[in-house]
Amino acid sequence: MLQATQLECRRGDRLLFSGLDFEVDAGTLLHVRGRNGSGKTTLLRTLCGLYSQDSGEIRWKGVPTRRLAEDYRRELMYFGHLNGIKGDLTGIENLRLSATLDGDAADSDAIWEALGRIGLFGFEDLPTRMLSQGQKKRVALARLILSRAPLWILDEPFTALDMDAVDLLQGLIADHVAGGGMTVLTTHQAVPLTSGQARHLDLGR
Amino acid sequence: MLRVFWSLLHRDLLLAMRRRTDVLTTLFFFVIVVSLFPLGVGTETQTLRILGPGVVWVAALLASMLALERLFAADYEDGTLEQMLLTDQPLPLLVLAKVTAHWLLTGLPLVLIAPLVGMQYRLSDTEIGVMMLALLLGTPVLSLIGAIGAALTLGLRGGGILLSLLILPLYIPVLVYGAGAVEVSAVDLADTRPYLMLLGAFLLSALALAPPASSVALRISIQ
Repeated sequence: MLQATQLECRRGDRLLFSGLDFEVDAGTLLHVRGRNGSGKTTLLRTLCGLYSQDSGEIRWKGVPTRRLAEDYRRELMYFGHLNGIKGDLTGIENLRLSATLDGDAADSDAIWEALGRIGLFGFEDLPTRMLSQGQKKRVALARLILSRAPLWILDEPFTALDMDAVDLLQGLIADHVAGGGMTVLTTHQAVPLTSGQARHLDLGR
Repeated sequence: MLRVFWSLLHRDLLLAMRRRTDVLTTLFFFVIVVSLFPLGVGTETQTLRILGPGVVWVAALLASMLALERLFAADYEDGTLEQMLLTDQPLPLLVLAKVTAHWLLTGLPLVLIAPLVGMQYRLSDTEIGVMMLALLLGTPVLSLIGAIGAALTLGLRGGGILLSLLILPLYIPVLVYGAGAVEVSAVDLADTRPYLMLLGAFLLSALALAPPASSVALRISIQ
């Protein structure tokens, strides 16, 4: 489904990786590993289309993603280092807007349920800037519950989360992959990724 | 698609209401700059009436510049901008929603306070009317053109100064015809219509060209 051929990326003058080939099929999880600075975030942002690669091609269902443009972005959920939530808005308001933008089912019940599942009942009326780092991350993660995108690209999703939230996120990823979804993620934590077929990609060798 | 436009517009207005100081800063800046001139050049009616239109327009340009830097910067810093770039919604539409919010918060208040400012400069009722109309047509152009500059300078150090250097020259046509319309309206026989129509033409072209241009600039800036 998602296929990269001979991918090469540079940041400034530095070559991060070149000649990278990999494939992510339905029901697979790709764990990207590598030292700090080996280009994991760059790879993930390139897969999303936020960065453009210096050479090589990324294909989604056989078609170059650049040609697909918004048809590809519709199928994609990206979770980056920045939470992408507004500090002056409450959790509910944040989720409602991102659901509208993502074109997901945005009815209030689903949003309330997502917030409850992520463990933020009682905090829904607070501006998210009043929340702790981990709680902010939880608000952002609630987007995954609402998402219907088949491809999840998650950059260090486990940082700042407590044990419960890590378990919950693992469960979400497992369900997603078991349901035929695809996940590309990076993490330094020794999180057992039990879900479906897990493959590894090592950068910076 | 319209729902996305409204949602984003509503979000930006809501955010501004929760941070009211940002909106008031622009308005007070405009009022103070405009009020400084009579103090500097004296209160002679004849001088003020000549200076008035130009001063009001220059102050409007500067006031609209003031808030421009933050147009995309806040969304860039907290990651909401990259999420916007990754949705399947047309980016020009999202940009237009943000620019509309920017204009409602910084441009429209200037239009509404114009009569008060006009009185300071002893402008006649006709002149004030024309000034409001010209500002109503001209200030959205400032926001639209400014969005291109704000998108281009996003994430740059010292982007604010660069933004002014890029954008202020592009504001010149609006300044010339905006101030021109008010000056002409002081003469009984003169017709202000061509000036206002030209401003309207600027507005339409900016509406058509600025959102796509800003979208491209945003995609480049986020690299």
